[in-house]
Amino acid sequence: MTEANLDVRSARKDQLVPGATGDWEIIVGLEVHAQVASNAKLFSGASTAFGAEPNANVSLVDAAMPGMLPVINRRCVEQAVRTGLGLNAKINTWSRFDRKNYFYPDLPQGYQISQYKDPIVGEGEIPVETDDGETITVRIERIHLEQDAGKSIHDLSPTETFVDLNRAGVALMEIVSRPDIRSGKEASAYLTKLRAIVRALGTCDGNMDEGSMRADVNVSVRKPGTPFGTRCEIKNVNSMRFVAQAVDYEARRQIAVLEDGGVIKQETRLFNATTGETRALRSKEDAPDYRYFPDPDLLPLELDPKWIEEIRATLPELPDAKRTRFMGAYGLSAYDAGVSAGDLETAVFFETVAQGRDAKLAANWLTQELFGALNKRELALADSPVSAAQLGGLIDLIASGDINGKIAKDVFARMLDSGEDAAVIVEREGLRQVTDTGAIEKAIDDLIAANPDKVAEAKEKPKMFGWWVGQTMKATGGKANPAVVNDLLKQKLGVA
Amino acid sequence: MAIDENTVRRVAHLARLALPEARVAPMAAELNGILAWIEQLNEVDIEGVAPMTSAVATPLPMREDVVTEGGDARKVLANAPKSEDGFFVVPKVVE
Repeated sequence: MTEANLDVRSARKDQLVPGATGDWEIIVGLEVHAQVASNAKLFSGASTAFGAEPNANVSLVDAAMPGMLPVINRRCVEQAVRTGLGLNAKINTWSRFDRKNYFYPDLPQGYQISQYKDPIVGEGEIPVETDDGETITVRIERIHLEQDAGKSIHDLSPTETFVDLNRAGVALMEIVSRPDIRSGKEASAYLTKLRAIVRALGTCDGNMDEGSMRADVNVSVRKPGTPFGTRCEIKNVNSMRFVAQAVDYEARRQIAVLEDGGVIKQETRLFNATTGETRALRSKEDAPDYRYFPDPDLLPLELDPKWIEEIRATLPELPDAKRTRFMGAYGLSAYDAGVSAGDLETAVFFETVAQGRDAKLAANWLTQELFGALNKRELALADSPVSAAQLGGLIDLIASGDINGKIAKDVFARMLDSGEDAAVIVEREGLRQVTDTGAIEKAIDDLIAANPDKVAEAKEKPKMFGWWVGQTMKATGGKANPAVVNDLLKQKLGVA
Repeated sequence: MAIDENTVRRVAHLARLALPEARVAPMAAELNGILAWIEQLNEVDIEGVAPMTSAVATPLPMREDVVTEGGDARKVLANAPKSEDGFFVVPKVVE
């Protein structure tokens, strides 16, 4: 890769960071560690389940007992290939495992089995929709398979470190992007898109709280049109928000150093989620020397092209294809389709609600009413008190004319509180829409009798018509069919 | 390729070997002897020969994605100099 091939995007004007010496451009590339969704570890038969007792999910291979040999998990290989296909990337039919040597108590082998020169997946690219409504292309440099390390706990004793090897040997995919990202927001949008894709593929659960996905963020700054600056790597950032924060903070820090006449040292930094700042962990001078070499315990990984095609044939519909389909099949706007198709769970929920119903109405209720309510309650869609079938039931009552839109919102609020079906609430509370013209006519007649002055006003001032509609709705407990009310009022008041 | 004394110290440090200063110079000489011996391989003409990655011409064996091991922390910890509550316990590795 030459500099020219690496440097293919310019930031938009509004993404530039103004400094004392002029505008600065932020350059970002991400290395995302995604835990492969599998039952067993990459090279052993121990479980990958989260939250087990310390060292319960450890085989003698993971503990690096003498004489133990790694045997690769076929499923993990398949998942890496599937991920590569989902990222429109080249699958390398010949790849190899290397040893990355370093000493740490949570790495009992004294080396991590990784892929250095010959990764299983080569170059790819994904389109990323940003908050600004722009679609950018982020190129993938490579994906390689490697082992996760164990967990060191330093705060259980003042003089000792406690080590749990449950994660040691779990398969990770390291997904490396090109430096095609130009802001914190774009970095976060890229991670969001990547997460949606691996979740749709079923190759990683994307659970950032449990550490299933975490990012090393490479940040540098430059004056637009000049070569890339020296970069710093911010390790292990584990949320979308933190990625954006880390990029913005780090860019400002580097700009301040440079404008002060200083130089950026290539170094590894840590992000502090509490303060939103980054701090130096180690500089390049004391960067570890990993002495990679091919792992003699493992033969090269050769993939049968037929197997790759079989995997390709089982790829599920990915978020981009889904969004296009939602726009075509359901007539959704680009925005509604993007929201509804963006996440696997949301897409399933939407399609369950939309099935056999007015899809635009379904999308509105999902993206506005339900998401609004869930956000307020800080709930995930999976924990929604209203199921897809129940939301569908509510929409059915609107479509059949049993309730009007205003009552529907009240019913929905009650559904959120009680988890009951819409029909049950409507029946019990007597909220069924009044379409019986007799009842509405009577309400209007009573109002006319009580407000003769307003009858005259209605003929002169069109605005007064709204007052009449409001009063009639009030008189009928909000249950009157608004269209019927309109028609009857026009007749009785003699307005056009 | 010659190995100087600093390289010996560095490699020893990377391998976490405590090499007494008196042993550094003799070790450099020994390693240089070994490397010179291995460098004889450079005399072989390997033009057009693909690098050999393994002595056995067999595909990489794979295991199915089934949990077959684990579930016995005691066995894993049996050789540990110190363990507590199911954890390995080692001297503190951070300040």
